[in-house]
Amino acid sequence: MSSFLNGRSGLRRRSFRNPTEDPLWLKWLLGAVAISFIAVLLLLPLALVFREAFAQGFGAFWAAIREPDALAAVRLSLTAAAIAVPLNTMFGIAAAWSVAKFDFRGKTLLVTLIDLPFSVSPVVSGLIYVLVFGMQGWFGPRLADHDTHILFALPGIVLATIFVTFPFVARELIPLMIDQGRDEEEAATTLGASGLTTFLCVTLPNIKWGLLYGVLLCNARALGEFGAVSVVSGHIRGQTNTMPLHVELLYDNYDYVGAFAVATLLAMLALVTLVLKSLLEWRYAGELAAAHRH
Amino acid sequence: MSATGLKLAGRRHLLPGLRLSLAFTLFYLTGIVLVPLLALLLRPLSMGVDGFWAAIWTPRVLAALRLSFGMAFLAAAIDAVFGFVIAWVLVRYRFPGKTILDAVIDLPFALPTAVAGIALSTLYAPNGWAGALLAEFGIRIAYTPWGVLVAMTFIGLPFTVRTLEPALHDVGLDVEEAAATLGANRVQTILRVVLPMLLPSLLTGTAMAFARGVGEYGSIIFIAGNIPALSEIAPLLIVTKLEEFDYAGAAAIGVVMLMASFGMLLALNGLQGWAAKRR
Repeated sequence: MSSFLNGRSGLRRRSFRNPTEDPLWLKWLLGAVAISFIAVLLLLPLALVFREAFAQGFGAFWAAIREPDALAAVRLSLTAAAIAVPLNTMFGIAAAWSVAKFDFRGKTLLVTLIDLPFSVSPVVSGLIYVLVFGMQGWFGPRLADHDTHILFALPGIVLATIFVTFPFVARELIPLMIDQGRDEEEAATTLGASGLTTFLCVTLPNIKWGLLYGVLLCNARALGEFGAVSVVSGHIRGQTNTMPLHVELLYDNYDYVGAFAVATLLAMLALVTLVLKSLLEWRYAGELAAAHRH
Repeated sequence: MSATGLKLAGRRHLLPGLRLSLAFTLFYLTGIVLVPLLALLLRPLSMGVDGFWAAIWTPRVLAALRLSFGMAFLAAAIDAVFGFVIAWVLVRYRFPGKTILDAVIDLPFALPTAVAGIALSTLYAPNGWAGALLAEFGIRIAYTPWGVLVAMTFIGLPFTVRTLEPALHDVGLDVEEAAATLGANRVQTILRVVLPMLLPSLLTGTAMAFARGVGEYGSIIFIAGNIPALSEIAPLLIVTKLEEFDYAGAAAIGVVMLMASFGMLLALNGLQGWAAKRR
């Protein structure tokens, strides 16, 4: 067979070209298009953030970071994330446990509803809480009677953050735990392990990297959320401004060094998230949901 | 109750914790997501049909909705074309730095939208790196509707690339080899074998990019210039109405956008079902 092919190609004096291999010129062309599109659309803005932050030297950058309102914004963002991320993690584990380990009616609907916040506009995500807790909202007047502040205060910011980061952990864990099945947990239970022991000693080691993956993305979004938080925050400088809102305020006041200095903190967060995410995908591919395996 | 008890005793529910985990899941889902969304959906009832239409049917609101949906469609189309090329290069070719390039794709997911917004705005402003270059050709991006397009393209790119990559892996060279053996040339193979196999993923990714673009706020408002009826997107108009304490007007636009989200979600579920069936 091979001698026949060789003989034939020898006869026609044509070298064999793999039919699924693109010609070199096309490789170069497509490669150039892809790389330049990524460079212009994605990398150029990122480079500009760092360039602008240090436009007036390191001193100006450092002064902008150390400014009390900037520090207050960092503190508020960290506080909101420190409440929202653990709550959504607990929810994600509970949702994945019930969906993956049991059969019940309406499961598909439940999974769809869990994903719902991802398809809602950030501004609408903030608006719904205004309609619940605002002065013209459902509970607004009653809350005002008790002097309880939800909107334009930490609780509102936390609620909006929880909403926009709601699905991250759950949507990572649900497919992963469905893939892993129930055999190991059932074996543990049969051998007499309690529910908690089964979860901690059997399930958790199996899902830990997937869980970390979900928490990582949830945290990045929680610290960086802008639209939803913007609607419920009230924009009080030094009090209810999160980091992204502080960036907006400085930028609108033509304080570009200040805006981009705080923006570098958020950009660093994004870069660290991307590196950790890629590491997880590369090192623990088998232990993440199938969608993230490379 | 007895039925649940029976089920729990049966073999299918060997594991503990269903009631606790499901109760917490439903409680949290209802409190955080469903009740607030209901507050928005029920709001138009207090306005009446006429009030609702009066809030929507103004030139400014219609222009904002047209801009958000139109530009999101255009941006999704651009992301589909370039996303296909990028996914093809990342899956099929081997070159140094590929891992880094692949990781960079997710930047719009990871970078907070406000940061992307001020960076794009500064970049495409008439005195910015890209803006100055384009100004020489008489092209203005920042503070025009085209700024909206740039920001939406930025924010949507990961969706098309990330849904196409695994699908391209699945196509496999053997199918293309078979096509070539049967006498198809390269263009025929791509158009009639590879693209049809990728179509569900391509449509899914494009729909996701579109949905994200329609609702996007943070990365757009800085670059758009926000001129009413020209470069003002629908989410911004909601914010403006809230700042004017026009809750009814804000809720009316919010309901339209939420309905569009529901529609997209249904379409995406349908697409994914179709894609799963074709596997």
